[in-house]
Amino acid sequence: MPEGSAHTYYLQRWLGFQAWIAIAVVLAALHALPWVVPSVLHIMIMIFLYAIMGQGWNVLGGYAGQFSFGHSLFFGIGAYVSTLLFIHFGLSPWVGMFFSCSAGIVMGLFLGYLSFRYGLKGPFFALIMLAFAEIFHMITMGWRAVGGALGLLVPLKGNSPLLMQFVGKEPFYFLTLWMTVGSLYLVWRIEGTRTGLYFLATREDHDAAEALGVNTFRSQMAAMVISSGMTAIGGTVYAQYLLYIDPDSTFGVANSVEIMLRPIIGGPGTILGPLLGSVLLTPLSEITRLAFQSYSGVHLMIYGIILVLVIMFLPDGIIGLAKKTLARVGK
Amino acid sequence: MTYSFVLESLLNGLLVGGVYSLMAIGLTLIFGVMKVINFAHGSLIMLGMYTAYWAVALLHVDPYISVLISFGVLFLVGAAFQKFLINPILDAPEHNQLLLTLGVSLFMENFAVFVWSPDYRVMKTPYSGINFYVGDVSISFVRLVAFGLAMLVSAVIYMVLTRTDLGKAIRAASEEPRGALLMGINIRRIYLITFGMGAACAGVSGAAVTPFMPVYPYVGWLFVITAFVVVVLGGMGSVFGAFIGGLIIGLADSVGAIFLAGSMKSIISFIIFILILLFKPSGLFGRENA
Repeated sequence: MPEGSAHTYYLQRWLGFQAWIAIAVVLAALHALPWVVPSVLHIMIMIFLYAIMGQGWNVLGGYAGQFSFGHSLFFGIGAYVSTLLFIHFGLSPWVGMFFSCSAGIVMGLFLGYLSFRYGLKGPFFALIMLAFAEIFHMITMGWRAVGGALGLLVPLKGNSPLLMQFVGKEPFYFLTLWMTVGSLYLVWRIEGTRTGLYFLATREDHDAAEALGVNTFRSQMAAMVISSGMTAIGGTVYAQYLLYIDPDSTFGVANSVEIMLRPIIGGPGTILGPLLGSVLLTPLSEITRLAFQSYSGVHLMIYGIILVLVIMFLPDGIIGLAKKTLARVGK
Repeated sequence: MTYSFVLESLLNGLLVGGVYSLMAIGLTLIFGVMKVINFAHGSLIMLGMYTAYWAVALLHVDPYISVLISFGVLFLVGAAFQKFLINPILDAPEHNQLLLTLGVSLFMENFAVFVWSPDYRVMKTPYSGINFYVGDVSISFVRLVAFGLAMLVSAVIYMVLTRTDLGKAIRAASEEPRGALLMGINIRRIYLITFGMGAACAGVSGAAVTPFMPVYPYVGWLFVITAFVVVVLGGMGSVFGAFIGGLIIGLADSVGAIFLAGSMKSIISFIIFILILLFKPSGLFGRENA
């Protein structure tokens, strides 16, 4: 096996002893958190939720290089499918989550087929995603059976873990924490496989990858499946946590921005980028929301400024900057 | 549903479609020359509407004089946008330019919420009540003028592009930037002018619809997605395509409004969008592989 091939690359992906210790310490600290500072639980849950969905975006946008401007589509599908199944059939959201995820993936495959079949590049794909999210926004706004503009209330059942409803915030904290860990592990594993390398090859040079025998269509579709599924699951948990969904907060453009901004700021195409971005942005948006209650858009205004600054000065996000700095110091 | 009602809504659709055409011409011009998809186009339209609104409310000028003010202000805003934000990242991957314009749009819209509040504002004009009647069909004066203004500006842009040296330079910069540079064309200046022209189209179309549409900070989203649909339908970068596409989408919207509930009327134009992407991604008048 020659040096640097996909196989050896995979084998080299063992973490050092120190890294495992660090991960164990961080996880232990995060598990103790609800008893130490219970007041931050809500923000932590939101950080984790958007880290999961940001990771979903990151697989497609960061790794496979297809920037989606409408990931709220998958988020909304995830939230609506499980909630509607719960309301009309009493189906537990734990089961509904699989339907949500499947529905998100089917939608993702459909849109992926539409776009990648023609090799529709960057801006076109971004617009298709945006347009579809907008179509669903309009349908949910106008259709009474799915709640219309008023949205849907998840029926309260008291403390019933089997229906993903709990009295305190702690269960959601641990659920989202472990989902985040799971998503990080998944992406870490994918990054080390042949498929992960195909993603990168497709992103870096579509035609060259094709010429070298990479089936770019298939790898983009694979990225789409992972991405849409992860985002839809995030949507389901979000609906169960907040117990209320409406078209604006799910399918709205602002929500797509929320999802994609985190990996872009943290570092697109890196494992920790979405989580880092979420750690920075989520408290910011929650705090500005509290501080400027009468001006609902202030956090979006700040997002706009941050986005412009990041694109102009940190195109590889914070992790990209850190890597560059480390490389310079290393010399 | 009477015959005259259908005719009236189709006519209204066509009139609004003319304004869509102008919005899309601005977008397609910017894309055709700089290869930048301007997500902030909706915000520029919004700014054009507010400029017209404030010109009428504070300076008490005639609404149709305010169109000129809007044209000038937006030209400058567009040129500044290009100079300070787009020019520095012209060589970055194209999705970065897309994200940059998205960031600018987020900023502009929510800044508008901050300074002008999210309230709907309606321009008070002496013209808004005027209607003409042709048989049973009524035609609103303000919509007719908006259509006329859009046609006028579209024609002027078309003339500038095809009949003047400036237009020749813009087309050269669009087709072969390096070659144009070698021929002594100041590319950066052409880019400034082009973005200014594109933004001015947005400004004029915004000002033209202000007499019959309420102004609010997020109004741009109403138009920008439609403008994208029009541009893709007509073919990215094709000014003529954007012109025809705008009229088609205007008609499609009015047909949608006849059969569907208010919030869903744009679904027909989205379906057209999807069909175009499925069967002819280069659009009606686009260059293949453009």
